[in-house]
Amino acid sequence: MEVLFTFGKVVFAFLIVLQLTLILLWVERKGSALIQDRVGANRANIFGGVLPFNLGIVNTWMADPLKLFHKEDIVPEAADQFLHWFAPWIAILPLFVTFAVIPFGDVLVAGGYTINLQAAELDLGILYILAMLSLAVYGVVVGGWASNSRYSFLGGVRGTAQMISYEIPMGLALVSVVLTYGTIDFQQIARDQGELMFGILPAWGVFYQPIALVVLFIAGMAESKRVPFDLPEAESELVAGFYTEYSGSKQSVFMMADFVEVAIVAALVTTLFFGGWQVPYLYRDGFQFPGGFDIALPSLLVTVLQVASFLVKLFLFCWLQILVRWSLPRLRYDQLMELGWKRLLPLALINVAVTAVMVLLLDGRTIP
Amino acid sequence: MDTPVEYYLVLAAILFGIGALGVLIRRNVIVILMSIELMLNAVNVTFVAFARQQWSVDGQVIVFFVMTVAAAEVAVGLAIVLMSFAQRKTINADEINLLRW
Amino acid sequence: MTLFWILAFLTVPAALTVVLHRNPVYSALALVFTLFQVAIMFVALEAYLIAFLQVIIYAGAILVLILFAIMLLSLEPEEPSPERSTMRAWGWGVAALLMLELGAVASMEHGASPAQAGPKDFGSVTSVATELFSTHLLPFELTSILLLVALVGAVVLARRRS
Repeated sequence: MEVLFTFGKVVFAFLIVLQLTLILLWVERKGSALIQDRVGANRANIFGGVLPFNLGIVNTWMADPLKLFHKEDIVPEAADQFLHWFAPWIAILPLFVTFAVIPFGDVLVAGGYTINLQAAELDLGILYILAMLSLAVYGVVVGGWASNSRYSFLGGVRGTAQMISYEIPMGLALVSVVLTYGTIDFQQIARDQGELMFGILPAWGVFYQPIALVVLFIAGMAESKRVPFDLPEAESELVAGFYTEYSGSKQSVFMMADFVEVAIVAALVTTLFFGGWQVPYLYRDGFQFPGGFDIALPSLLVTVLQVASFLVKLFLFCWLQILVRWSLPRLRYDQLMELGWKRLLPLALINVAVTAVMVLLLDGRTIP
Repeated sequence: MDTPVEYYLVLAAILFGIGALGVLIRRNVIVILMSIELMLNAVNVTFVAFARQQWSVDGQVIVFFVMTVAAAEVAVGLAIVLMSFAQRKTINADEINLLRW
Repeated sequence: MTLFWILAFLTVPAALTVVLHRNPVYSALALVFTLFQVAIMFVALEAYLIAFLQVIIYAGAILVLILFAIMLLSLEPEEPSPERSTMRAWGWGVAALLMLELGAVASMEHGASPAQAGPKDFGSVTSVATELFSTHLLPFELTSILLLVALVGAVVLARRRS
């Protein structure tokens, strides 16, 4: 039974990522059209016009990946055949498994079982995320090198420098979050955010660590290599950067990896700073608004509400990233490095120092 | 512990020997650096295996220090390699002989 | 036990690839794989924090730096040179001797574990960090100086001479 539950949770977490990337592909196309005042993709029709109506989201959602996966796969003759094939998989596998530690709900109580809604109940969650995100850079390096093309190569070198530079502020932002909550378990962090500040404000991370939020969000966007941080791809300079020589399904795997990274950043921001699955004032037995106004709800409905809340927040932060992507121009390389090393890094360092002092003063925690 | 500590120690010894082999037979400075990393890792395996056998986290703490040293070593080592490549256009250990008497 | 044998049979060929492959990029990727196997070994030995640090520091930072350097220098695969074959033979011999010697010492009886089951939080963040920040506080502070020196050294070396 336990095995079945774990299997179910893993499948659910996997489906969230998979569906989210497909939906994001559609949202990106339609959203960019909205921002640029065009109509956007509007005539995907799977059955060749047999159906009298356009299925809209369902069509683009299914037609895009189908089209991408059926395109011819061209491998350059001078490429390193094995690594050229392998690079997309190195890029996406660590990102897929990252979602396993993100809790998407509190506990599901059903039929005498209490199920913790987190695919992998790992109490080293934040370290796990850092480890997996640091492995994602290999896809870019190996892809850029194996293609044996100048554009790919330059994209790969840029990508490596960018990703290792922004990992540092990201790690430091996570350190200050860890200091605040005193745990590196995502589920515990999400639970801690269910309390109330001053009896009225939900105790979400955004109120404790606004600077860490800003640093993490910017560094996370830089890690996902999208505009304004898309120097490894930079289509006006490097054709398509590290995946210039990729086509068909392999190219779409790289594209998917970008979207999964967007989803991971959104999930991190949601879980660490916006309460994860928490709905303000919602507890296990229903709403308890400040001022003694209660609404009792069945446990199952509470769980459903929590999972829905997580998904809504997740989607909102994905949308925010798409909005930024279509609003800002690309940074120059020196600006990128300056932002990372001269702005975000000192900011994150000061934040860690201030957080440490505050925790020591307010919490009275002592060094053993 | 179902696997005796000796198994891990022998594996670590083999890894250390392979690393030493790399240092001895390769001429590419970067590959030599990587072989040194391999040897450091073999030592780490030994520390962690003993830590597990003795139920003492001291062994794990030392691994932490080894990693710090490895990071520092690679940062300085690669900077030296890059500089020597810029000046002498080679990273062959046989040809970098300025300090040899 | 099964896990150990799987790890051993994956790690040793990967380590040999690091050392013997002529293309440095393959060497570096094989080293990444080896380090990953070592991380799994750490998990098997209940050093959970160290296992994650291994992936973050080694695979995520050090090896990326090495790959970056290999790519920047765009190294060609190394050609074996005939005049060094005697040296290579000596290298193989010395390494084999070292391996035998270490293996002999390692395979000696090391005594049984003092206790069948250790503390419950063995290898967790709390236990390692408590040890690190109490017993080993001075070395820990010294590593920060080491890293600072390495940082300054790397910057001084890499700075363009005008």
